[in-house]
Amino acid sequence: MQLSVWTYEGPPHVGAMRVATAMEGVHYLLHSPQGDTYADLLFTMIERRSKRPPVTYTTFQARDLGKDTSQLFQTAALDVVERFKPDAMLVGASCTAELIQDDPAGLIENMGLPIPVIPLELPSYQRKEHWGAAETFYQIVRHLADKDRRPSDKSKRRPLVNLLGPTALGFRHRDDILEISGLLDKLGIDINVTAPLGANVADIAKLGEADFNIVLYPETGDLASDYLKREFGQPAVRTVPIGVGATQDFIREVAALADVDPEPMLAEGLSRLSWWSRSIDSNYLTGKRVFIFGDATHAVAAARVASEELGFKVVGLGCYNREYAREIRAAAKLYGVEPLITDDHLAVETAIQEAQPELVLGTQMERHIAKRFSIPCTVISSPVHVQDFPARFSPQMGFEGANVIFDSWVHPLVMGLEEHLLTMFRDDFEFNDGAGASHLGPGHSAPAKQPELVEPANDTEAVWSDEATRELKKIPFFVRGKARRNTEMFAAEQGVSTIELATLYEAKAHYAR
Amino acid sequence: MNAIAPLSAANAVDCAPVLKERGQREVFCGLTGIIWLHRKMQDAFFLVVGSRTCAHLLQSAAGVMIFAEPRFATAIMEERDLAGLADANEELDRIVDQLLARRPEIKSLFLVGSCPSEVIKLDLSKAAQRLGAKHAPHVRILNYSGSGIETTFTEGEDACLASLVPIMPSLAANAPKNLIVVGSLPDIVEDQFRRLFAELGITNVASLPERAVADLPGVGPNTRFLLAQPFLGDTAQALEERGAVRLDALFPFGVEGTTNWLHAAAAEFGVADSHFDAVLRPYQDRATTALAHQRARLEGRSIFFMPDSQLEVPLARFLANELGMRLVEVGTPYLHRRHLAQELAALPAGVMLSEGQDVDKQLDRVRAAKPDLTVCGLGLANPLEAEGLSTKWAIELVFSPIHGFDQAGDLAELFARPLRRRDVLRV
Repeated sequence: MQLSVWTYEGPPHVGAMRVATAMEGVHYLLHSPQGDTYADLLFTMIERRSKRPPVTYTTFQARDLGKDTSQLFQTAALDVVERFKPDAMLVGASCTAELIQDDPAGLIENMGLPIPVIPLELPSYQRKEHWGAAETFYQIVRHLADKDRRPSDKSKRRPLVNLLGPTALGFRHRDDILEISGLLDKLGIDINVTAPLGANVADIAKLGEADFNIVLYPETGDLASDYLKREFGQPAVRTVPIGVGATQDFIREVAALADVDPEPMLAEGLSRLSWWSRSIDSNYLTGKRVFIFGDATHAVAAARVASEELGFKVVGLGCYNREYAREIRAAAKLYGVEPLITDDHLAVETAIQEAQPELVLGTQMERHIAKRFSIPCTVISSPVHVQDFPARFSPQMGFEGANVIFDSWVHPLVMGLEEHLLTMFRDDFEFNDGAGASHLGPGHSAPAKQPELVEPANDTEAVWSDEATRELKKIPFFVRGKARRNTEMFAAEQGVSTIELATLYEAKAHYAR
Repeated sequence: MNAIAPLSAANAVDCAPVLKERGQREVFCGLTGIIWLHRKMQDAFFLVVGSRTCAHLLQSAAGVMIFAEPRFATAIMEERDLAGLADANEELDRIVDQLLARRPEIKSLFLVGSCPSEVIKLDLSKAAQRLGAKHAPHVRILNYSGSGIETTFTEGEDACLASLVPIMPSLAANAPKNLIVVGSLPDIVEDQFRRLFAELGITNVASLPERAVADLPGVGPNTRFLLAQPFLGDTAQALEERGAVRLDALFPFGVEGTTNWLHAAAAEFGVADSHFDAVLRPYQDRATTALAHQRARLEGRSIFFMPDSQLEVPLARFLANELGMRLVEVGTPYLHRRHLAQELAALPAGVMLSEGQDVDKQLDRVRAAKPDLTVCGLGLANPLEAEGLSTKWAIELVFSPIHGFDQAGDLAELFARPLRRRDVLRV
């Protein structure tokens, strides 16, 4: 057993729902007890989808157990075919149905339904949501991709690719697809199929016609892509185009496989991020301490952008999906930090507290953690909340994605010029600590006012002298907490009992970076 | 306004045939009750013994992850826990130790059963005894089932409160008469009712649950109780088994329901009708004024209840009788005929009632009837809105203060707001 308060991932059948809901004409028959329908609201409320997810829950109850749960399942299967007339049906069990061992796959096989039926084996007590999505997509591809379809004569057409991995409830998948499709079109490359998001059964059948695959979301697309490589010999691009550098790498890699010239596009300098980051206002971003946590793909991509494109210092890097721990470990090595691979949000909280970042890039979980610590935060990965489905076009990928990233990561920080002004006018009667952090107003993630100095912040015996206290108050409030913590930590290490003016500055020198 | 004399259950003519349906249900399981129960009982922790799905449900139903470390969690079973029950019990003990070490302020711990724990027959009542002995006297360990195979949504609260009844202190046969209001109510509503009872002269009043499990009220043959919620069948039965007597009444929604509910207690506790009328009049007038604002908007509009919380029948009665709404269909997950006898009698004649659900068939009926307002779960609301139908999230009726005189206007407003919004929008 594992004690869990909040979870980063749902059970694997929710992953299957993300795939089924993303597609057209596919229905998912889920053998499950009453209550599992809660998952519908993820799609209708968080993503504001206007249709119910195409999922039928058999809804067995205690009195059905040991009697007619399998009958219930078969009746439901017939109802699905009659009512929804899907082009294909996924069948599987949720965690409870897995325990009663009704064998949905076997039951359905004997029914001779007039549509393709794809049985899913998603072990609920071992696996989680992302894996469930990947496995479901893979099974769909394995069952429905027509093995006789191959790319047509290359000389008579533009290069053709499949975009793999986007699902329902994905972090900015909707906009990423649009951005990357535009980019590929500009490169002179056509899209054969985007899947699962928006694909139907006929689309899946023709996957083999593409020259190669682009895996935008490895967590959900890798298994299918590996299969397509084995079955159709299609190579795959796995560079995830998040950030300017990664987008450029992506373009080169895609262009090489498609045999087109990437240079005109690369020369165009399509992202504003590069100049925005080089402009002098961004000087103050240098060395800002950033803590990054999310799914491995988004976390690794964010670390590169943070480090190379914004000049931040990565002070923490981790992911919750163990399946991609290797990628995180490799990246963590690059930035000289300990990789954090855990799905325990309390461990993440502790790590954030210890790293003392000035910005947190994470999921909705880290947003809440950061809020409590009064650290600015931007969400970069699922699990998602309603705010992660903005009305405006807001991709993470491609050049426009890089622009979005610059804005959404930098805006929560106190602005550079403002930082100077705060220092300059700290004793000004209307521009002081009490006047609020910025134009952002209360309730925003800007640092909260630090409590007055009464007790030491840490459990140390050190007492602040009056002079040191006065000096501490002159330090801008948004870094004062850290100055105080560092000074007290330094005092404790040095065995100093009274913090004098000198102790404050010695500590400052000690912790200078 | 005069007090409404309690209707006798004998008058309760079954209004219409009840359509009983069986099929896919679009409802929450009983675990969901933890979301409001843990806010109510502030010394309690709820540990679900279940799967990742249970944990995911709780955080999805809670909507946002607001609390630093909420007083609920899930012991997620893994592959090795399924191998043998001995191991599962050992694991549970380890988890409870870990939890209690981390949260020393917890005084009561509910072990909450789930679908998987019940299917593998993990005996949580034994576990509660075993762990209770180990952690006594610091922590009291209780258990109930919130599983979807046993409970629908609000039935989780019923199971939780029923689990508290056996540990309520016993009151002697000669103890003074006491009144217990049963059902978790928002603190503000609970306090309003306490003030009203005090004004009426009924002072020996307690609640189940109280704000701390440690403060459970006593129960005995002189205990009378009022159900504040219509979904507390098992809790009522458990109280009756301990000698308490249920006061039959309408449920306290709207002026009619609240008056009738209070009157049941007043009559039992010997409050003179003249005093009752005098005390209630200002509250009734205030509520009537508040309702008048919404009546113009709701009168004559049709409403369809999908089954959700078992609040459907009393709310339908309120909307029909006090706001003039037309009831198309009143669906409820379970119809407790005895507790709802007066409610059913007070419904307009010929109302279509349905019990249980086959969601697709019911949606067909919604589409055919095109009601002005459909009360439904979160999974259905946006899809119906997209089809051009106005909806009210049923779950808001469970989370919001809606009982009593001073909330009557707010309750009506919950139904009026979606209609007003539709009128206002020009996009």
